[in-house]
Amino acid sequence: METQRISSPLEAEVIERLTVGTPVLISGVIYTARDAAHRRIVRSLDKGDKLPFDLKGQTIYYTGPSPAPPGRIIGSAGPTTSTRMDAYTPRLIAAGIRAMIGKGSRSPAVREAIKKNKSVYFVAIGGAGALLARSIKKVEVIAYEDLGTEAVRRLTVEDFPAIVANDIYDGDIFEQNKARYRREAR
Amino acid sequence: MLAALKKAQQSEVSPLGREVLGQLIENAGIAQQEKLPLCQDCGTAVVFLEIGQDTHVTGGDLSTAVTEGVRRGYTRGYLRKSMVNQPFSARKNTGDNTPPVIHAEIVPGNRLKILYMAKGAGSENMSRLAMLKPAEGREGLVDFVIRTVDEAGANACPPLVIGLGIGATAEGAMRLAKKALLRRVGEPNPDPETAELEAELLSRVNGLGIGPLGLGGSTTALAVSAEVRPTHIASLPVAVNLQCHSARHREAVL
Repeated sequence: METQRISSPLEAEVIERLTVGTPVLISGVIYTARDAAHRRIVRSLDKGDKLPFDLKGQTIYYTGPSPAPPGRIIGSAGPTTSTRMDAYTPRLIAAGIRAMIGKGSRSPAVREAIKKNKSVYFVAIGGAGALLARSIKKVEVIAYEDLGTEAVRRLTVEDFPAIVANDIYDGDIFEQNKARYRREAR
Repeated sequence: MLAALKKAQQSEVSPLGREVLGQLIENAGIAQQEKLPLCQDCGTAVVFLEIGQDTHVTGGDLSTAVTEGVRRGYTRGYLRKSMVNQPFSARKNTGDNTPPVIHAEIVPGNRLKILYMAKGAGSENMSRLAMLKPAEGREGLVDFVIRTVDEAGANACPPLVIGLGIGATAEGAMRLAKKALLRRVGEPNPDPETAELEAELLSRVNGLGIGPLGLGGSTTALAVSAEVRPTHIASLPVAVNLQCHSARHREAVL
């Protein structure tokens, strides 16, 4: 499949043409949030408190970067396992999040929320933290600074490589590709 | 590990799988060149100490020294600090990646061997223990290992090294499984029966279709390393400790 260059936040018509397995290069603004930040965001939604950023239409990247050595803006910054966020994700999608970047498969509830709310889930290459950091051009900690690596950061990225893993058509890259390469025991 | 990834790139049947393996190899190059961690998860510090019975450590206590080494390494090396205390409640970061998990063992001799592993949590979280019935035997063991890797899927960041601990007790088996990961990737167990089990499991696991990062393919694992010990007449403990492709191990002998 041909690589698509897309901008974040994603337009609805862009999400509509993204299908499972499509490689993308993402440019624009994405927000980092992992376990602890998700817990706090959902707590704020419950209480009606102020959110760390306006969730409408935005992209969340599940990552907790390593510290920036001198002269750099960020250390390694690859994706973490998305399934740990599954408990919070349908809520965040309902509140406006439209794209997620992580690694590994999602729960049926998340896939349903993606379909229903016209969202998309991308995977980036897990463990390729040094390579992925090259696409990150600007880093601002915008909330939960006390969480350290788990703080919410606004990242400006250029040609950040990812692959569509769950689309609005109920496609799932893991199921599809696993079935394709599965062979019976010898 | 890098050599194993390069070899896998030749044998991988999926074009996307080959591309992913290529990116992991490229990532290793960038990490080395730019002095960045391979992966932002710089792990739990797991330390195996093999203490020669004729050595005597002077000038302070050994656990404190190991802990201090971890603290300095993670702080000065710009590595991510991932340890939290009160794991089931506050989960507050300890700030310096301590405490390490230390396994000490008394061995013959007068040397102190330190084996170090920066163990990522993505793969650790998918590790499993089964206390099988002796009647389940080899077949039950194979089924359990295959099921564990299948359920881990993409989450454990394949291609994996699969550490197996067979025998001993519940905690003994898991410790064996973890230590098995320190073996050189692809080096078989010296016991022919165990080596055959390792080879069969590797072939079966690579038939699951999971592939590099779970995106499909024939490279789900690069190696299976099993360690076997005697066990109780009523038991067949099998521990599976998974290692992602970011295998960061070092050893030193004092």
